[in-house]
Amino acid sequence: MVTSKKGSALTLVMHASVLFLVILWTIPTAGLFISSIRDKDQLSVSGWWTALSTSEQRLVERALDPTHQQFEEGRWVIKGNLMGNSDGEVVRFGVSSLQPEAHAVGEVVDRKGKQIQVFANGDYTISSDEEMSGRRGDRIFFTAEIPPRFTLDNYREVLSSEGLGQSFINSLTVTIPATIIPILIAAFAAYALAWMKFPGRALLIAGVVGLLVVPLQMSLIPLLKTYNLVGEFFGVGSKTYVGIWLAHTGFGLPLAVYLLRNYIAGLPGEIIESARVDGASDFDIFRKIILPLSFPALASFAIFQFLWVWNDLLVAMVFLGNNEEHLVLTGRLRELLGSRGGNWEILTASAFITIIVPLCVFFGLQRYLVRGLLAGSVK
Amino acid sequence: MADLKLTNVKKVYANQVEVMRDINLDIKQGEFIVFVGPSGCGKSTLLRMISGLEEISGGTLEIDGQVVNDIPPSLRGIAMVFQSYALYPHMTVYDNMAFSLQIAKVEKGEIDKQVRRAAEMLQLTPYLDRLPKALSGGQRQRVAIGRAIVRRPKVFLFDEPLSNLDAALRVATRMEIANLKESMPDSTMIYVTHDQVEAMTLADRIVLLSAGNIEQVGSPLELYERPQNVFVAKFIGSPAMNILPCTMLAPGAQTRVALANGHQVSVPIDVPAADQGKAGFFGVRPEHLLLAQSEDEVLLEGEVSFVESLGEATLLYVQVPGVEDMVIAKQTGTLAIHKGEHVRLCAQPEKLHLFNEQEHAYR
Amino acid sequence: MGQLASALVTMILGVLACAAYFYGSNALLDWLFPGKNRPAEQIARNLRIANRIRPWLFVGPAVLVLTFYLFYPVIDSFILSFHGRTGEEFVGLSNYQWLLGSDEFYESFRNNMLWLIVVPTAATFFGLVIASMTDRIWWGNIAKSLIFMPMAISFIGASVIWKFIYDYRSGDDPQIGLLNALVVFFGGEPQAWITIPFWNNFFLMVILVWIQTGFAMVILSAALRGIPDETIEAAVLDGANGVQIFFKIMVPQIWGTIAVVWTTITILVLKVFDIVLAMTNGQWGTQVLANQMFDWMFRGGGDFGRGAVIAIVIMVLVVPIMVWNIKRANAEMEGR
Repeated sequence: MVTSKKGSALTLVMHASVLFLVILWTIPTAGLFISSIRDKDQLSVSGWWTALSTSEQRLVERALDPTHQQFEEGRWVIKGNLMGNSDGEVVRFGVSSLQPEAHAVGEVVDRKGKQIQVFANGDYTISSDEEMSGRRGDRIFFTAEIPPRFTLDNYREVLSSEGLGQSFINSLTVTIPATIIPILIAAFAAYALAWMKFPGRALLIAGVVGLLVVPLQMSLIPLLKTYNLVGEFFGVGSKTYVGIWLAHTGFGLPLAVYLLRNYIAGLPGEIIESARVDGASDFDIFRKIILPLSFPALASFAIFQFLWVWNDLLVAMVFLGNNEEHLVLTGRLRELLGSRGGNWEILTASAFITIIVPLCVFFGLQRYLVRGLLAGSVK
Repeated sequence: MADLKLTNVKKVYANQVEVMRDINLDIKQGEFIVFVGPSGCGKSTLLRMISGLEEISGGTLEIDGQVVNDIPPSLRGIAMVFQSYALYPHMTVYDNMAFSLQIAKVEKGEIDKQVRRAAEMLQLTPYLDRLPKALSGGQRQRVAIGRAIVRRPKVFLFDEPLSNLDAALRVATRMEIANLKESMPDSTMIYVTHDQVEAMTLADRIVLLSAGNIEQVGSPLELYERPQNVFVAKFIGSPAMNILPCTMLAPGAQTRVALANGHQVSVPIDVPAADQGKAGFFGVRPEHLLLAQSEDEVLLEGEVSFVESLGEATLLYVQVPGVEDMVIAKQTGTLAIHKGEHVRLCAQPEKLHLFNEQEHAYR
Repeated sequence: MGQLASALVTMILGVLACAAYFYGSNALLDWLFPGKNRPAEQIARNLRIANRIRPWLFVGPAVLVLTFYLFYPVIDSFILSFHGRTGEEFVGLSNYQWLLGSDEFYESFRNNMLWLIVVPTAATFFGLVIASMTDRIWWGNIAKSLIFMPMAISFIGASVIWKFIYDYRSGDDPQIGLLNALVVFFGGEPQAWITIPFWNNFFLMVILVWIQTGFAMVILSAALRGIPDETIEAAVLDGANGVQIFFKIMVPQIWGTIAVVWTTITILVLKVFDIVLAMTNGQWGTQVLANQMFDWMFRGGGDFGRGAVIAIVIMVLVVPIMVWNIKRANAEMEGR
């Protein structure tokens, strides 16, 4: 437009700054994703940005105990490998915790009458002229260069043992009806508020706009009291899926009615009048004209509500509770954050599982989401 | 196939604003009626009250002798063509035309027959499977008309149906509507427009409205030749009629009037003697003002302050001394008259108009 | 699987019941007051009655749900705020007295105010800047999409992501949190960021700004594109430079939209809860009203009256925005 005419230097600055901002905005999520597929030993000792480079790790391993010693060529010898079955290369080693990097590989080190030698591939030999004694093997400190390792083990672990699979289903069970029901209710109300004449209409619209900003936290105590009463009355307990569906319906409804009414009121009036002249009743008009024509708005609200319900923690905690069988993904993640706060391999994988569905929905249907946002805000 | 009768029809909005006052109108079966008037005159409101989309606040509307004030649009036997065509964007042309019959639960074969008949009439058959957005403006307009035809209504209502078309298409579609009327001589048609050319060319009778009142009802030529008041006189015809204030000097079969500049004119219009000495208005259409050949026929004279050459005609804007507004004279062909020249204008006496102080025409 | 199946069935039943209500009630109305095949007068009467009832069939469920889930709780919270722990005994204003004497309340109120100032400002500012830049480069849509992405991430998910960035290892261990790694790289001392009093609030706010900037950007970008090109071209002809055009020509024209974005984010900030709960749970001086209320209602506190008082405070803070919103909506409707 205007500035692009002013020479390439400014354009270049613009490209650079947008690139910088994009990186700033994506890096947190990228870090999470990369970490979640790293090997858990590497994850805890090096930053995820080193994931592709060979990492240098200081490790300590206890050599095999003297029961494994064999008599070879006149000496007692213990042989083994420090690296286990993982690949990597030992660069230096030591025999005391004070000097863990004292020796180069291949060097023979004396320690209490034993000669200790470590090779690059992790093989070590401990030899002695006399028979070795003691219950435990010697500790060998070494620095190894470990090549990058990626794995889905973290996901396998959280999906099975951490109960995330169950929570995933719970989240779906909460989210889908809590998305569809409000749309249906809101669409009818939005049509009536946009195109039907009845006393109190203006008041209702004002009411909806007002309720748009009511913090839902206000509702929790009164609703919980009522839910307890109702639950007692039916003998089903207060924490049910129906209960949370309706709660999400109630909390999502102001936005739904507002967005849809704005959209439906913006449809050309002559089309609706034409249908009326053609003999269609309000119900016919709604079904055959309004619904098909407001598909973009319906889709956009559906995405909104889906994201909101899927991502919600508070309503789920209050109306569905924290017990194992009802825990939704966000609740599970929070629980893990408390109990497994330091286990980044579990946290990162779990977090990624909770955000993967909304991310797919988001990138797949972004067009509609944006359209809906604009219907609600830009006039 | 119906007569319409409006008796004292009123429209009052919720905020007590009266937008239509005591409309009385008889429309005979088979007539093509055009409601015309400046924007905001209430012509569309009146049409919408007839259609049933707008409630009638007072008075009665009868279709075929039956009061239909409270009958919903779909049961009044009317069909309406909207300004924006109002085609259902998600339905094909076929479905658009079939919609009303489907709602009325007409049997499928019959629907098909009706739709195809209408499509044939309007040359829409090749487009039946298309969506409205794949049609040109003129085709969309025809679909809207087809949708009306399919319902076999007693009364067709058109709400400024040509105003979204470009000039060339407007002329073509206007003729199509005229043809349509000819092919259905029994249907009553009511047509709203703000364009007087449409009104003049299409109407059997024009209903000229302004500010919620009917100013005059009559055939196009009646309105042109015998406007009932200054408003009608100025609205019909382009450029508008020159209206000059005057005084009635000598009423009679030949009335003598004095213009503001003192110039006296004799007009063959009967003015009651009681109006002697009263103020009034003198009117003459620009196309009736000719360049005077001799001294004694001069009606008005003055300096040309502006010349507009349109090719087929030339408009002279003449500043007549003592007259506030510029007088416009429309001459056929091109003229070699320039700004600043002095011109003398004349007119045939029978082309002159006189209005009283209340702006009503003398007959 | 069993759960999935039963959820599926319940879901379909719920949705069908909802649809059946609308179908059924309309059919019933048409059956009670038929509008066809009757004498004209009766039709007219029937339709008048039906048309008076039908809007209420349409808005009925919405009105009921809204009343029960939002309107009634507002009233009830107000009443509860005058009652004791269990919500039964009337205690007058003592909850309010407690609130005014509570240090924790002042802390969370101060923090809320900080959030209210910083987050909407920062998010709107970044949104505006990014929107105006991305509109001018060919890969702008991709950039926008990526910056918009955090919007899809739950607050709790975002909290994990950022906790990972703020992670702190003591001693010489290599830092695996990005922020500390950068600090160490530039020769600084690593910090346990989220425990530094006062400043930790800002580290939490960064998360919400990160999430909300995309929202501001999308809306402001549409508004910027809605500015008539002629006004900008006129400004160019008048000799304005890029910065002047942006601030003197473009920004004033989208002022209304900026206000909408600002208030929308403000409302969201007032309800902010998940981030504080997940990151610090209000420790180290990061308490906010919503989290404090939740504490009093459902955890340790267990005092409905005090929880309700805090709810009322949040509500009072929201009221001005609510009034402004209603006024704006009314003006809009008259504009139609």
